[in-house]
Amino acid sequence: MQTQRTQQSKPLALAPPSLGLKVLFTALALLLPILLQVFGNAWVRIADFALLYVLLALGLNIVVGYAGLLDMGYVAFFAVGAYMYALLASPQLTNAFPWIAAMFPDGLHTPLYVAIPLSALFAGMFGLLLGAPTLKLRGDYLAVVTLGFGEIIRVFLNNLDRPINITNGPKGIGEIDPLTVMGFPLSRKLDLGFTEIPSVTLYYYLFIVLVGFSILICSRLEHSRIGRAWMAIREDEIAAKAMGINTRNLKLTAFGMGATFGGVSGAMFASFQGFVSPESFSLMESVMILGMIVLGGIGYLPGVVLGALLLAALPEVLRYVAGPLQELTGGRLDAAILRQLLIALAMVSVMLLRPRGLWPSPEHAEQDQISNDDQAEEAHD
Amino acid sequence: MDTLIQQIINGLVLGSMYALVALGYTMVYGIINLINFAHGEILMIGAMTSWTIIGWFQETTPNAPGWLVLLISLLCSCVVCSALNFAVEKIAYRPLRGAPKLAPLITAIGVSILLQSLAMIIWKPNYKAYPTLLPSTPIQIGAAVITPTQIMILIVTALSLVALMYLVHKTPLGRAMRATAENPRVASLMGVKPDMVISATFIIGAVLAALAGVMWASNYGTIQHTMGFLPGLKAFTAAVFGGIGNLEGAVVGGILLGLIESIGSGYIGELTGGVLGSQYSDIFAFIVLIGVLTLRPSGLLGERTAERS
Repeated sequence: MQTQRTQQSKPLALAPPSLGLKVLFTALALLLPILLQVFGNAWVRIADFALLYVLLALGLNIVVGYAGLLDMGYVAFFAVGAYMYALLASPQLTNAFPWIAAMFPDGLHTPLYVAIPLSALFAGMFGLLLGAPTLKLRGDYLAVVTLGFGEIIRVFLNNLDRPINITNGPKGIGEIDPLTVMGFPLSRKLDLGFTEIPSVTLYYYLFIVLVGFSILICSRLEHSRIGRAWMAIREDEIAAKAMGINTRNLKLTAFGMGATFGGVSGAMFASFQGFVSPESFSLMESVMILGMIVLGGIGYLPGVVLGALLLAALPEVLRYVAGPLQELTGGRLDAAILRQLLIALAMVSVMLLRPRGLWPSPEHAEQDQISNDDQAEEAHD
Repeated sequence: MDTLIQQIINGLVLGSMYALVALGYTMVYGIINLINFAHGEILMIGAMTSWTIIGWFQETTPNAPGWLVLLISLLCSCVVCSALNFAVEKIAYRPLRGAPKLAPLITAIGVSILLQSLAMIIWKPNYKAYPTLLPSTPIQIGAAVITPTQIMILIVTALSLVALMYLVHKTPLGRAMRATAENPRVASLMGVKPDMVISATFIIGAVLAALAGVMWASNYGTIQHTMGFLPGLKAFTAAVFGGIGNLEGAVVGGILLGLIESIGSGYIGELTGGVLGSQYSDIFAFIVLIGVLTLRPSGLLGERTAERS
């Protein structure tokens, strides 16, 4: 039986990262921007965006991976966080409302320590708002409602420039303040005397600290009472309820927590880009984030991080590789098209070869196999 | 009142196209519990194929009657889409049967992106004008108008719905399909081949999507590689609205969704005094959907299945 099962599951089961590996990864993560800078700041920028995606994937993993609630409109919370920060730290509101301009004669520059918690809080509230009416829905119904919610948010962002100009419509909001840490704006070079650290690298270190902190929160959550309750709900909601778990509150907590992560990364995104527009928050983004956690290994932190890094960095790297390929094919294969094609192929082939993700949770791999067989029998009772 | 009649006509036309696509979603979901994300792309490929065929006809035989050209291109795109959907199921979905539930969903999303990029390579990414092949003089009904194309859409939809209902309820294949949807394991014990049934389902779904694609293109007059996304999303919404897995539900959901959208966008400006305009029409569908699902968590005609995680 044992041998049978190992034959069924993929032979390449990755072990959980050992302590040495973790130290190695941390060191690599800290040194990476210095290595990348050799090739130019564009590469560091790619790494920055990849880290933002890791943050998003970690947040979605709470909702989908731990609590098992299929959320396909996650980017809505990212958007809410980004717009919240953008409104709080750009000339948009002072331009649109004279009374706000009168209140802040120097312009609205909300400090970091206020703006980011507010973005997180606001996004978290939206999470609860979405969670509350959808508590009763089963898997796929939930998927389409969340998807619809994401679209609603995007349509509103796109159209709330009239009758009152709040979001500036499809033109988006620009001139957003950069993050200012202890009086030092991250958009400037840091002069250390012997060397200069460019802005993208400063952001990189900020994001890496944030990602590290998030991973810590997630791994603590995973093994906490709440995390175990989430997983119980994921495995069997009725049984969880029978065991005295308050499924309603816990599902809401999952939505709220996931959304908070989205809100924080949204605020980071807004300040890093200096510009937000509804275009960045399409359904495709939600799908990509979901793709990241499923490709990597759903519900398992190393897998989620791996998936997010791969899917976020791959397209950007391909952008550079695509140039020569385009010449080879006589210009018919546009770089953008090729990128899209390769992502699609990667998604399909990874799922076909490793349906449990690239780095699946080792402890659950075997149990999943059993429960899957059971489900196949039960599925149509 | 006249606006109302006009909006109802538009809504019925839109809704019947949604219904055709929604049937494809709901049939596939009913049998293998998969949200076939790539279904909208099948619609797009159908429209693109017919565009190519029509272009070819217009070059070689410019005097051929419009309806004949449209009919031939329709048949060709049905064949192409069926073959494509059959292949997609075989290559991308079949190996994942019994895999964790999200894996096939991600594959479906991958296939959707893949088909879009292939279409971009084959047909170029620009917007293309879809020729008007039927007479374009609108017919007056009271103060409202309906174009021959719209009449054709309504007739084709009605015919294909009747044919589908006949197929599902009266033929051996239909019985096999219903049996597989009910319980694949027992169905296979009774001599039904689930693989064959699933392939057949994908082929039927593709034919309906191709029909919808050609009609969508001839109604709106432009096609592009991303055109499948919105109808696909709306049709999926319609399928869930009606209760996913339920054929009648998909039809009812599709038509209702079309009516709601068209009547809603016709009146929202008046109702809100111009504050909200028809640019919000795309979200009606979702707002109604969220409302309905909150009150009836398994859709309008969905069976009340026991709660299962």
